[in-house]
Amino acid sequence: MAGTALRGRLTWQQATVTGLVAETSNTRSIVFDLPDWPGHRAGQHVDVRLTAEDGYQAERSYSIASAPEDPHVVLTVERLDDGEVSPYLVDELRIGDEVELRGPVGGHFVWESTCDSPVLLVAGGSGVVPFRSMLRHHAAAGSTVPMRLLYSARSRETLIYADEFTRLGGRGGIDIRVTLTRENPGTWPGERGRIDRDFLTRTGLPPAEEPLVYVCGPTAFVETVANTLVDLGHGPGRIRTERFGGTGTP
Amino acid sequence: MMAFTRNFHGKRRAEADPARVPPGQYVTPGFPVLSAGPTPKVVAGDWTFTVRGAATSPVTWTWEAMRALPAESITVDIHCVTKWSKLDTSWTGVSLDILLDSVETRAGYAVAFSEGGYTTNLPMADLTGGKAWLVHEFGGAPLEPEHGGPVRLLVPHLYFWKSAKWVRGLELREQNEPGFWERYGYHDYGDPWREQRYAGD
Ligand SMILES: Cc1cc2nc3c(=O)[nH]c(=O)nc-3n(C[C@H](O)[C@H](O)[C@H](O)COP(=O)(O)OP(=O)(O)OC[C@H]3O[C@@H](n4cnc5c(N)ncnc54)[C@H](O)[C@@H]3O)c2cc1C
Repeated sequence: MAGTALRGRLTWQQATVTGLVAETSNTRSIVFDLPDWPGHRAGQHVDVRLTAEDGYQAERSYSIASAPEDPHVVLTVERLDDGEVSPYLVDELRIGDEVELRGPVGGHFVWESTCDSPVLLVAGGSGVVPFRSMLRHHAAAGSTVPMRLLYSARSRETLIYADEFTRLGGRGGIDIRVTLTRENPGTWPGERGRIDRDFLTRTGLPPAEEPLVYVCGPTAFVETVANTLVDLGHGPGRIRTERFGGTGTP
Repeated sequence: MMAFTRNFHGKRRAEADPARVPPGQYVTPGFPVLSAGPTPKVVAGDWTFTVRGAATSPVTWTWEAMRALPAESITVDIHCVTKWSKLDTSWTGVSLDILLDSVETRAGYAVAFSEGGYTTNLPMADLTGGKAWLVHEFGGAPLEPEHGGPVRLLVPHLYFWKSAKWVRGLELREQNEPGFWERYGYHDYGDPWREQRYAGD
C-alpha cells in the first residue's frame, strides 16, 4: 500500500456511521463502516459529501484520525457555528446514518513508520487530527523514532484526545506537550501560551537532528509556525504543512 | 442514483451566481492559503523567470525585465480543488503570450517550477491564447508572499494548484510529465467544470 499514491479512480462510497464519540463540547469523532476501503496512510484525508433532498450537495475535506492499523475509518470534526457541513456532522449525524465519502487523498502530508528520522508534529486546534493517526501508527507499528507533538489549544475544555494522549505520551519515543493559550492561571500543570519562537526553541526538536516536521491547523497558525521553524534553521524541504483554513481566512 | 443525507438541508449562501460556481465548489469571501510547506521568502529584486527545456535555449527575465513588459489587469473567478471558489479576483501581470512569443518551441507541454521545489504540469495550449499570466499584484497591491508573491502563475480556468505560487520558470517538454500534486494522485489536467480533482476523474 505504501507509496501507491496513484490508484484508479477514487469513487464515492456510502459510509455508514457505526460510532460517535464526543471529544469536547464542539468536537466529535465519527466512526465509519466502509464496504470497500483500500486502506490509508497516516496523515491522509477524505472528502465527505452531503446531499440534500433537492439534490444540493456540499463537500468538505477531513483528515483521517484513525491509524492505518485501526479496523475503522474515524474522522474528528470541530463545529464552526456558522458553517455548513461541520454543524451537521457534529450535531445531526447519528448511528446508522450514511454519508458519501471518498479517499484516501493526499500523499505529501503523510508519515510512514518505516521512516527513521525523528519527527516533530506541531498542531493548532483541530489540526491535531492527522497527528492522532500518526501517533497511533507509531505505536501500532512499534516504531522507536522520537516523535514529539506540540499541541496548542485554547483551554482544557477544547483539548481533543486528552485521555488518549495521556496514555500515549512517554511510550516508545512519543513525547506530547500541550499548551493552553487562553486558560486563566490555575491548576494546569503543562505549558501555557502560544507556540512562538521561544516555545519552539525550548520544546521543539533541534534543527541539527534534522527532524521531519509536520505543521497543521488554521492558516495563520501554520503560516507563523512554519516561518518561525525556518528562521530557527529547519530546512524548508523538511517541513510539511496542512492548512485547515477553509473559509473566512483573509 | 443520488443518495440523500438524512436531514441535511445545506446552508446555501445566496449571494453567488450558481452559473459561476463549478460543481462541488462553494464561494468564500476570504482568501484561504494552501501550500505544501513554509512560505519561501523571495525578494522581488532577486526574482527571475526562466523558460528552458525542449527546443529552446533558456531565456531568463529579471524582475525589472518582466516589469518593463506591458502589463494588464484581469478580473477572474478562481477555483481551488479544496472546494472554495473566489469570484471577481483582480490581478495585474504579464500575459504568458508576451513572454512565450520570444521562445522558439514546438513543445506541447510545460512544467511550471517554483522556489521551494514545487512543480505543476500544463499543456502549452493552456498557457497561451490569453489564458495565463505571470501576476505580481492582487487587488491593486503587491502580491503577498503567502499567496505566491512576488510573482505567481495565474491560470484561472484550471484548479488553482496549477497557478503555481513563487513561480520561477517553465520547463518545456515534448511529453507530458506529472508535477508535485499530480504525482500524489491529483488530476493531470484539473478542469473545475468537469470536477477533475483526482487521477481518473
Ligand atoms: C486537508 C484538510 C483537512 C481537514 N481536516 C479537518 C479535520 O480533521 N477536522 C475538522 O474539523 N476540519 C478539517 N478541515 C476543515 C474542513 O474541511 C472544513 O473547512 C470545516 O469543517 C468547515 O466547514 P463548514 O462547512 O462547517 O464551514 P463553512 O460553511 O465552510 O464555513 C467556514 C467558516 O466561514 C464562514 N463563512 C463561510 N461562508 C460565509 C459567507 N458567505 N459569509 C460569511 N461567513 C461565511 C462561516 O461562518 C464559518 O465560520 C480540513 C480541511 C482540509 C483542507
